[in-house]
Amino acid sequence: MTPHRLSTGGLVNRAMPLRFSFDGKPLKGFAGDTLSSALLANGQMLMGRSFKYHRPRGPVTAGSAEPNALVTLGEGARSEPNARATVAELYEGMAARSQNRWPSLSYDVGSVNSLFSPFLSAGFYYKTFMWPASFWEKVYEPLIRRAAGLGRAVMAPDPDRYEKAWAHCDLLVIGAGPTGLMATLAAARAGLRVILADEDFRQGGSLLSETAVVGGLPAADFAAAILAELETLSNVTLMARTTVFGWYDDMVFGAVEKVQKHVALPDPDLPVERVWRIVAKRALLATGAEERPLAFGGNDRPGVMTAGAARTYLNRYGVAVGRKVAVFANGGSGYRTAADLTAAGIDVTAIIDPRTEISRAQVDLAGESLRILSGASVTATRGRLGLAGLVAERSGHEEVIDCDALLMSGGWSPVVHLLCQRGRKPVWSVAHQAFLAPDVGAAFVPAGSAAGLARLSACLRDGAEKAVALARDLGFAAYDTDIPPVEGEYDPAFAPLWYVQGSKGKAFVDFQNDVTVGDLSLSQREAFGHIEHTKRYTTGGMATDQGKLGNVNTIGIVSGMRGVSPEAVGTTTFRPFYTPVSFGALAGTARAEQARPTRRSPLHGWAARHGAVFVEAGLWHRSAWFPRAGEKTWREAVDREVLTVRENAGLCDVSTLGKIEIFGTQAAEFLNRVYSNAFLKLSVGKARYGLMLREDGIVFDDGTTSRLGPNHYVMTTTTAYAAEVMAHLDYCAQVLFPELDVRFASTTDQWAQMSLAGPKSRIILQRLVEDDLSDSAFPFLAAREVTLKGGLAARLFRISFSGELAYELAVPAGFGEAVADHLMEAGREDGICAYGVEALNVLRIEKGHVTHSELDGRTTADDVGLGRMMALQKPDFIGKRLSTRFGLTAADRLQMVGLKPIEPDAEIRAGAHLLKENAKPSTTNDQGFVSSACYSPTLGRHIALALLKSGRERIGEKILVWDRLRESEVLAEVCSPVFVDPDNLKLRD
Amino acid sequence: MASLITCPHCGSRPKEEFSIRGDALPQRPAAHAPDEAWHAYVYLRDNVKGVIFEHWHHVGGCRRYLVVERDNVSHDVLSVTDAARFRRAAASGQDGVVAAGKDLA
Repeated sequence: MTPHRLSTGGLVNRAMPLRFSFDGKPLKGFAGDTLSSALLANGQMLMGRSFKYHRPRGPVTAGSAEPNALVTLGEGARSEPNARATVAELYEGMAARSQNRWPSLSYDVGSVNSLFSPFLSAGFYYKTFMWPASFWEKVYEPLIRRAAGLGRAVMAPDPDRYEKAWAHCDLLVIGAGPTGLMATLAAARAGLRVILADEDFRQGGSLLSETAVVGGLPAADFAAAILAELETLSNVTLMARTTVFGWYDDMVFGAVEKVQKHVALPDPDLPVERVWRIVAKRALLATGAEERPLAFGGNDRPGVMTAGAARTYLNRYGVAVGRKVAVFANGGSGYRTAADLTAAGIDVTAIIDPRTEISRAQVDLAGESLRILSGASVTATRGRLGLAGLVAERSGHEEVIDCDALLMSGGWSPVVHLLCQRGRKPVWSVAHQAFLAPDVGAAFVPAGSAAGLARLSACLRDGAEKAVALARDLGFAAYDTDIPPVEGEYDPAFAPLWYVQGSKGKAFVDFQNDVTVGDLSLSQREAFGHIEHTKRYTTGGMATDQGKLGNVNTIGIVSGMRGVSPEAVGTTTFRPFYTPVSFGALAGTARAEQARPTRRSPLHGWAARHGAVFVEAGLWHRSAWFPRAGEKTWREAVDREVLTVRENAGLCDVSTLGKIEIFGTQAAEFLNRVYSNAFLKLSVGKARYGLMLREDGIVFDDGTTSRLGPNHYVMTTTTAYAAEVMAHLDYCAQVLFPELDVRFASTTDQWAQMSLAGPKSRIILQRLVEDDLSDSAFPFLAAREVTLKGGLAARLFRISFSGELAYELAVPAGFGEAVADHLMEAGREDGICAYGVEALNVLRIEKGHVTHSELDGRTTADDVGLGRMMALQKPDFIGKRLSTRFGLTAADRLQMVGLKPIEPDAEIRAGAHLLKENAKPSTTNDQGFVSSACYSPTLGRHIALALLKSGRERIGEKILVWDRLRESEVLAEVCSPVFVDPDNLKLRD
Repeated sequence: MASLITCPHCGSRPKEEFSIRGDALPQRPAAHAPDEAWHAYVYLRDNVKGVIFEHWHHVGGCRRYLVVERDNVSHDVLSVTDAARFRRAAASGQDGVVAAGKDLA
């Protein structure tokens, strides 16, 4: 056995030793240990360094509130910083490292900070690092960050899997201690679907550390017996290693299950952590209570811990935290622990109790041989990396007592965190000298010591009774459960002691953030007296433990300083998460390429086979250009594609456009209201360009809508706004015009749609289409179903974005690639090429067609030269009324124009601003901006579309294109935005 | 905010399936209504503390707009009604849209 491991007792399995390492040193523990209990068994009390002063620290608890014993677990990409050693389940091969120390845990250069502590008091960085201001980011902050801190995150990608799941139940019991177990049993027997969640890897809570006999069994055996019964019940789900971290609206609870954090090499088929959302009809908070540390000089020295923690290490793990132990307690817990230690053969040197009146039961519990110093306090501790002794003070007399562990108990605080997460504050109870849970209604109630009960027998009864009441509330016939008798209970009474007057040295309140009683005093003197201000000024309660141990003492001490009750001081705000939750668990499966969906067009494979370079556009991966051998830059490919379309023909994937099928006897009326232009008279077999406005008169989106039958239309939207347009149509049909008979559905993913553009497009297309495509049979803006050779039905639209003779052909998605292949084959002798969205963009700029670069949420139809699309003679349409107001019709609005650089080879870039020819470059002289720009291979020069003040009146004017970002100024001529075929001769060819 | 919304068409569903469009009470004025009415409809919203009516679009479900009546202090959901039904009830001479929400809940 190791120096501090007892030969018997506890719930560890001495037949199953586990090897692990701490800072590279090989050690041994047992199955059932936590890292902390195993380290203590090996005599390793020093486990970490504090955040600010780098003071040596050991564990102060044996549970999840631990502020000190933070370590980095695992190696490489699996390194997990700031893990609490007190709850880390020991496993074979665990590698743990201490943090915030250099070069080593026992010799840490950073501890020199302790000498400078007069300068590092509360609010020091607000005062010290004020000047010069520019020094903060460059000098002070990096320095502070390096000197103070905890574990470091690794930059390597997390190799493990995480997932999320939902669970539903009638009753959620949070905490599997005596209260939770009895509650679960009572509710389960009544037939409720119960989930029992507990953060520990072994269920039983305080029963696992208890020496009392419950129902004739040792407490831990009693817990095991109940769990055995619960496991046989199909309506009970036991969730071990599961922390309920948050309570949300509608009785939804958040919980994180550590599925595989207790193995060295996780099974790759399982997640390491799973985030649960538990929907519960009722919930019972059975989270127990937290023992308060005491605030006295040197209370942070390794070896000083709570009495309950020492009792857990002793009774659950078979570990003596010291060989010569002193107790500093103001109530029963200290006496109970002293008695347990004595029974295990540990030397308890003294109980120092600040009370002058101690109950008979507590004195008897200590036994006659134990020395009790009543009316005394500990004012200082001795030792360097570990405790060597303490100074006790009574009535002005000091006494030095040798000890290697000091167990403190300042009373108990119910763990009410979850009940306070939705806005209600805990309530101070004078009788309990503690904050109790607020009343949040009958659906979620505290029970047992979470409700302020101190005795084990009372907790067992309360758990069962409250569960029965909740069951009946839900309509279940529940019967009272027998409450097992308890033998060996102790008197838990305590008297509050917030801090020890006359303490020498630092008395810590928040261990992790190194906040002392002196800091709290300073914040009161400097007018940060409100508890929320005190928290921010001192950082008390802001560490990873969120003040689970320290906050109540902070409140008690501040109340003493201010001469008011803790009730008047109040608490800070409780928020999820109860304990830290990893980002991996919160992200679940949504990371890397799974972070959001990837949308691939039905023609993706076709484009890939033709060598497409893809670009992400929203969720879509769109083919951007199709480089050929010998083309060194993207521009070479795009220029070739543009010229090929202008001279021969090109095929472009336009499947990403939003497609909406619209049906209904009043579909025409509906379209007439959502578009600004007229739609009532669109005849069957025809397509029409349509413009949608927002209700404020600004352009929303554009596209074409074709009438395929008397009551059947198909609408296209821009790729970017497909979802928004669909939601807008839903809104119009359901909320604004529910009286109209119209139905629609998105079919974006159901059709592969390709644009065939260029003077030879008709010849090529005719080779595949049975129907006559001559201009008279299938004129510009014709839109109807055609039959492809081989019999496939397709939709054909004679519409053009490029300005060329062009068609859009839509086929069912699964036929897309085959049809595209056939078109490429059919057009080979005519020089067809595939072209991407870059070439499409050049073609439309040359033609002066707008996209969302121009329809940018600020422009009206008239601004972008589409004033003719405003059918103001219609009685109403979305955006009509506000489109005519003064601001939107003012003469000096920005209007769309074209720009040509005066120097033929000068380049204009989108985003550049426009200035009068000789104006000083300044935003006050701003005349507009460049919305789209490209090199036009058709014209052999750079061109641009721009929005210019009163632009249409200024055709021919010279204008300065000022690109502040790229430091360029180019003189350009304002021209018509239509650079190619202004008379639309090609369209109607 | 609520965690769960009981959609009249789909049942109890998580809030992530919905997108919120805002105040459901303003009614689109007639085309010839005064400027002030249109200005109010497009731009003015009350910032109520307490019971509010909002449009929630069930994008990840039935794609219906719902009128969710909820308390933005307690986060309690008081009623959920299909928006078209809500609108028709309001238009059919009942005592305003607020009453419509209550009656249909």
